[in-house]
Amino acid sequence: MNSSMELAEPLSDTSFGGFVAAAKAAGDLVVQPRMGFATVDQMRAGLVAVKNARARVTGTITLDSYTRVGLHRSARRALDNSDELNGYPLVAHGPVVTRTMLDGVMDDTFPVQIRHGAALPGEIFLTLVAAGVDATEGGPVSYCLPYSRTPLHVAVDAWARACEVLTTRTLQGHRPHLESFGGCMLGQLCPPSLLVALSLLEGLFFRQHGLHDISLSYAQQTNPAQDTEAIHALRVLAEELLPDMSWHVVLYTYMGVFPGTELGALALLKESARLAVRSGAERLIVKTPAEAHRIPTVAENVRALEIAAATAQAEREAASAGFGQQPTAVRDSAVYQEARTLVEACLELSADVGTALRTAFTRGYLDVPYCLHPDNANRARSVVDPQGRLEWLQTGSMPISPSSGTGSTSQLQAAEFLEMLTFVSRGFDARALNPRPDDRQDGPRRSLTP
Amino acid sequence: MGNPPITIPLQGGRAVIEPIARHPGALDSASKLIMVTSVASDSHTWNLVFLQILLEELGFPVVNLGPCTPDDLIVEECRRLRPAVLVVSSVNGHGHIDGRRLISRLRRDQDLQDLRVVIGGKLDVTGGADPTLSRTLLDAGFDAVFSGDAAPAELQRFLSELPPKALANGREDR
Repeated sequence: MNSSMELAEPLSDTSFGGFVAAAKAAGDLVVQPRMGFATVDQMRAGLVAVKNARARVTGTITLDSYTRVGLHRSARRALDNSDELNGYPLVAHGPVVTRTMLDGVMDDTFPVQIRHGAALPGEIFLTLVAAGVDATEGGPVSYCLPYSRTPLHVAVDAWARACEVLTTRTLQGHRPHLESFGGCMLGQLCPPSLLVALSLLEGLFFRQHGLHDISLSYAQQTNPAQDTEAIHALRVLAEELLPDMSWHVVLYTYMGVFPGTELGALALLKESARLAVRSGAERLIVKTPAEAHRIPTVAENVRALEIAAATAQAEREAASAGFGQQPTAVRDSAVYQEARTLVEACLELSADVGTALRTAFTRGYLDVPYCLHPDNANRARSVVDPQGRLEWLQTGSMPISPSSGTGSTSQLQAAEFLEMLTFVSRGFDARALNPRPDDRQDGPRRSLTP
Repeated sequence: MGNPPITIPLQGGRAVIEPIARHPGALDSASKLIMVTSVASDSHTWNLVFLQILLEELGFPVVNLGPCTPDDLIVEECRRLRPAVLVVSSVNGHGHIDGRRLISRLRRDQDLQDLRVVIGGKLDVTGGADPTLSRTLLDAGFDAVFSGDAAPAELQRFLSELPPKALANGREDR
């Protein structure tokens, strides 16, 4: 099915991408947590627990906020004072300590990805390759526009240099893997076509800067049918645009306001696992029912991983043969057409992908709705339509049109906006009051077709 | 009008949105610029986007400085654009620390004596359990502190009750 996997040179089994490809060949969805702890002992224990989960798993080291913004001395001080940190301070611990922490945990059966959120990732990349880790994520747009004040051109330059670090300094025999976070912009309310386009454009940026093995992300939005179309579009466009690369698709369980009820949160998690199987995504980043309230524990993470894996397994068994995507039908979809138009409009601006991205944002050809970064035009607006599909209300200077059926160009009202922000959480919390049969079970089960 | 208020969870907290009542006499809003900002350590943005939409719906022109705003940038933008009101919103739990530092900077600035500054959101990590928080922030120089379920409604009330003169000229009704 995935011709790109066959065209690219064979991956060593020890690489992150090779592990995911082997899981796909065996019919397993790879599941992965978000997880980061301040101390070496906590971090190692968390990774060991994830490794032992009853699922095909990859490990995560999520870095803390100080490290993300380069305040490594603040992170060091917090460690010395035994203060809480919201992640693993990679640079403050340094490569030697981190290598020891991972010794005997990270191996061929358990690749580990470092997740960070840094617009300027230079020191993080230097440290992670020195620690023997070869998988990480982010991107010049996706880690700049949503959360930082770093000018886009500065982030683009920093990410070009960081890619070079990853490709030239990774240990002999290791194949670095870089995931684009572009399919997750702002977590919610970014229409699928722009998520697909940004994921691909960052993938093209990574390719230009020497990466051979990447993943393209997509975050679950408001409507399962629309999300399936979007991931199919992402796959077909990746085959067209990245024929010489190894790539896989990573799906994120919903990243917006999360259901407050346990049952609602689990139903949303399970829906994301089924979406991953239906759409052919190879890897899933999970969330836990604790998400709406606090940072989850290790045990909660392991439980979420096992529930997601079991749900995916059941969905795969329920799906009969002939279930794959039809490229011709995919090319007819609105999300494919829009994403392709956005990618092409950007690439026409320069042969250099980074320059093209900067110019596209300056001109508003790419415009992330509600994103307040000074380099984002912020003229585009999205809405959740009555069918629960995330559509364009206004497209600013982008070379696409507002969705038909989103009504007039009327100004969005505050109450309406809040309803959109909480559309998913309210829907799934309501389901907790009136659960469907497959919302109730945690363990492996036969899928119940609706 | 006449719609019931809706209560919706937001960023882990809750927001109560009253149907917007217009106060034509009190709200001479069209020319009164409101500046919305976060604080230096807070990268959350949906609260800021929501406030902008709410304030624009009330008829105010809004400048939104976005998340992770350093004190220097906020002061500079206030001096440059001369908003009638600065609305500070923070939900990461450090707002009381960053907010106190910011307001002392703003209140020391002779050119910004007329600026009204309000703060709201999830301002500490106790989830509203600290009863002295609002008093501390008011004493530090904020004109109003909004927290908890009713913050957006209270902000609307604060703005609607400001006489036009106060919006234009200063803080004499404090």
